[in-house]
Amino acid sequence: MILAAAPASPADAWLERAPVLLRDALTGWLPDALRPWVAALLSIATILGVFGLLFAYMTLAERKILGRIQNRPGPNRTGPFGLLQPFADAIKALTKEDIVPRAADQVLHFLAPVVLVALSLIGLAVIPFGRNLVAVEMEASVLYFFAAGAATELAIFMAGWASRNKYSLLAAMRALAQLISYEVPLLLSVVPVIVVAGSLSTTDIVAAQGGWAAGLWPHWHALTPWGFSAFAVFMVAALAESNRSPFDLPEAESELIAGHLTEYSGFKYALFFMAEYLGMAALSAMAVTLFLGGWQAPLAVLEFIPSYAWFGVKLLLLLLGFIWIRATFPRLRIDQLTRLSWKFLVPLALVNLINGGVWAATADWTGAAAVVRWFISALGVVVPFIFLARSLSAGYGPRTYRYASP
Amino acid sequence: MTLLLAVLALVCLVPAVAAVLVRNLIHSALLFVLAWLGLAVFYLAVGAEFIAFAHALVYVGGVSMVVLFAVLLTRPGRVDPLPPPSTQRAIGGVAAVALVASMLGSSIFWTRLPSMEPIPMVSLRRLGELLAGPYLVALLLVGLILTVALIGGLLLAAPRRPSEGGDA
Amino acid sequence: MLGKGLLQGLAVTAKNLVGSYHDPARYVTQEYPEVQPKLPEAYRNFPFLVSETADDPMGTLRCVACQICEKECPPQCIYIEKSKDKKPDANGKLQIYPAVFAIDTAVCMSCQICVEVCPFDAIKMDQEFAIAATDRFDGLLLNREQLAKPNAYYHQIHPTEASEVDARLAAERRAAEEKARLAAAAKAAAPKAAAPTAAAAPGVPAASASPGSIPPPGPPPSSS
Repeated sequence: MILAAAPASPADAWLERAPVLLRDALTGWLPDALRPWVAALLSIATILGVFGLLFAYMTLAERKILGRIQNRPGPNRTGPFGLLQPFADAIKALTKEDIVPRAADQVLHFLAPVVLVALSLIGLAVIPFGRNLVAVEMEASVLYFFAAGAATELAIFMAGWASRNKYSLLAAMRALAQLISYEVPLLLSVVPVIVVAGSLSTTDIVAAQGGWAAGLWPHWHALTPWGFSAFAVFMVAALAESNRSPFDLPEAESELIAGHLTEYSGFKYALFFMAEYLGMAALSAMAVTLFLGGWQAPLAVLEFIPSYAWFGVKLLLLLLGFIWIRATFPRLRIDQLTRLSWKFLVPLALVNLINGGVWAATADWTGAAAVVRWFISALGVVVPFIFLARSLSAGYGPRTYRYASP
Repeated sequence: MTLLLAVLALVCLVPAVAAVLVRNLIHSALLFVLAWLGLAVFYLAVGAEFIAFAHALVYVGGVSMVVLFAVLLTRPGRVDPLPPPSTQRAIGGVAAVALVASMLGSSIFWTRLPSMEPIPMVSLRRLGELLAGPYLVALLLVGLILTVALIGGLLLAAPRRPSEGGDA
Repeated sequence: MLGKGLLQGLAVTAKNLVGSYHDPARYVTQEYPEVQPKLPEAYRNFPFLVSETADDPMGTLRCVACQICEKECPPQCIYIEKSKDKKPDANGKLQIYPAVFAIDTAVCMSCQICVEVCPFDAIKMDQEFAIAATDRFDGLLLNREQLAKPNAYYHQIHPTEASEVDARLAAERRAAEEKARLAAAAKAAAPKAAAPTAAAAPGVPAASASPGSIPPPGPPPSSS
């Protein structure tokens, strides 16, 4: 349920309290026994509604931005600026025939998209979307989030295996290999945040990033050397975890038709898409929470803008980054994918773990010592990066052409 | 509470038994995942939040993947055309049930529960302090054993170089 | 340095994204139904029948229903019925005309062979590409009225080719008139000549008045 916390000065603004006031107005007339239940249902409905719409318009934004990057307009026929396109797509998906191959494992084939969407959604419960706006408050919420997200590739495996199609099965194998490889750096990059913040609770982690150094430099984790490194590793692993380009090997269209999606049609196919975008949004929301200060404003003077708006802006920026990356990079090969994880991201995250530990241990250094602390932390990022990058790209010089000039 | 525990026991036991009986290996692996999830919910029900999520993360997220991967990469063995005679199968079944029953029974009936008082809730911070304080040596030893096991596994699985092949 | 190429790639796509909003060179899409494409002059598909004027297309068709194109058409998509009577063409001369001239555009493959074989420059290639119809038997089977388009239209879509054709036709007409004048002069002088030749003389101008029987002249005059 949405929690009401002790009022602070920017927290008293009317806009800031609007969601809580609305919740109270909607549930105030109910008997006390029912109120928490209705409030919980309300927050579920809100999350579903907001993220459902976000999914719908993410698909549109992705198509329009991809189009612009490829110098074409993107969808612009359905409604003004194509704004009704998602609904047209939804109607199309709903009215299409739902085909299940005769040889398929009927139960698993049906279960896979359902499980996938459910697992992508439940992680959103612990994200603090604003001051006092978190659906479920718990002590180990970060752990809960990753436990909920870990099984998504299991659903992809189910989809791929149950389809009885060789391309789907290949996709299932790839999904498993990818998950095993990228779950490790994803979790390792989160550990230093937990060490520094001293808590597994998302609200505590956001609270720990409040305030500004010298009134200007926010205490966001991504704005420290170790935090930036962890953020970068987290985002690369999140790309892989959400099966987004350039790590979309399970559904590699050019090799595997559509991978695990090959035998799906109609609404089940749409569910897979929904799960992809929801998973992407959930991981981005977690990245905002862990590294980008959650709902904290970047400057003290900007605190009049409500916290949930700041959260939304940061989330949209990260999602935009996902689209930008998809438009830019070609897909990796499976061996390149696993090598990047095990030989680069995992060692980097491990070194960064020590780096974060040092940062946490030197929390009381001030003045000149703070400069030394920053220097040490920066050294702990740059040196391993250069060293690992050298070893990763050793033997892969610039391509030379025998006949064509590059 | 008792009802909840009974339902959870069913959720854990039915998939576990089904996993053993089902012929399809992938199905049994997925049924195991269901049983593990049930266990995680059980931990949650008795208040061990951290263990529950760690269990879900490690078993549902990690171990299940490894199991499935192993199943997919294993060449199916030659199926014996003649099933063993029914008497042999009956004896085998009885022996297996007796073995499991004796193991479970011994652990259920001979383990001394410290007391039936409710255990005080341990906060996550306290848990961390305990692990990093009094139980640090144990934790490190477990980590060491796992690392040794990992390296051993790597050595076993690594392809032999032709020069060493003659000796081995 | 690992990552330099990645950042360069991101910069390229970002430039495209921003540039497509203000730089016409980066945003070349023409939105078709609103903006009609500017077709190159040499573009051609589906034949049409040339008429001299737009006011009376059926009366001024150049086609004389010789049926050469019908016989040459590889997919046999042209169907012609000759008229029983004769009507004056644009030059006032009596000609057979096509009572029925139909082209099945569902069958036509735009090969242009009908245009190449036509001795009267009566059939030419059009630039119409949006011929979608809801009924492929009636909607795509074009009749005489639908096929007839004025010479001015031909000038509009293929200006160079059309002016060449016009110049050639004019030259042929002049040559025919010259010949007719000469023949008339010869006929005037004929009574003084021997009687057997007079019987053959009327046949000569009649045959040469038809443009088809005149051997094609050399390069057309440069006048447009």
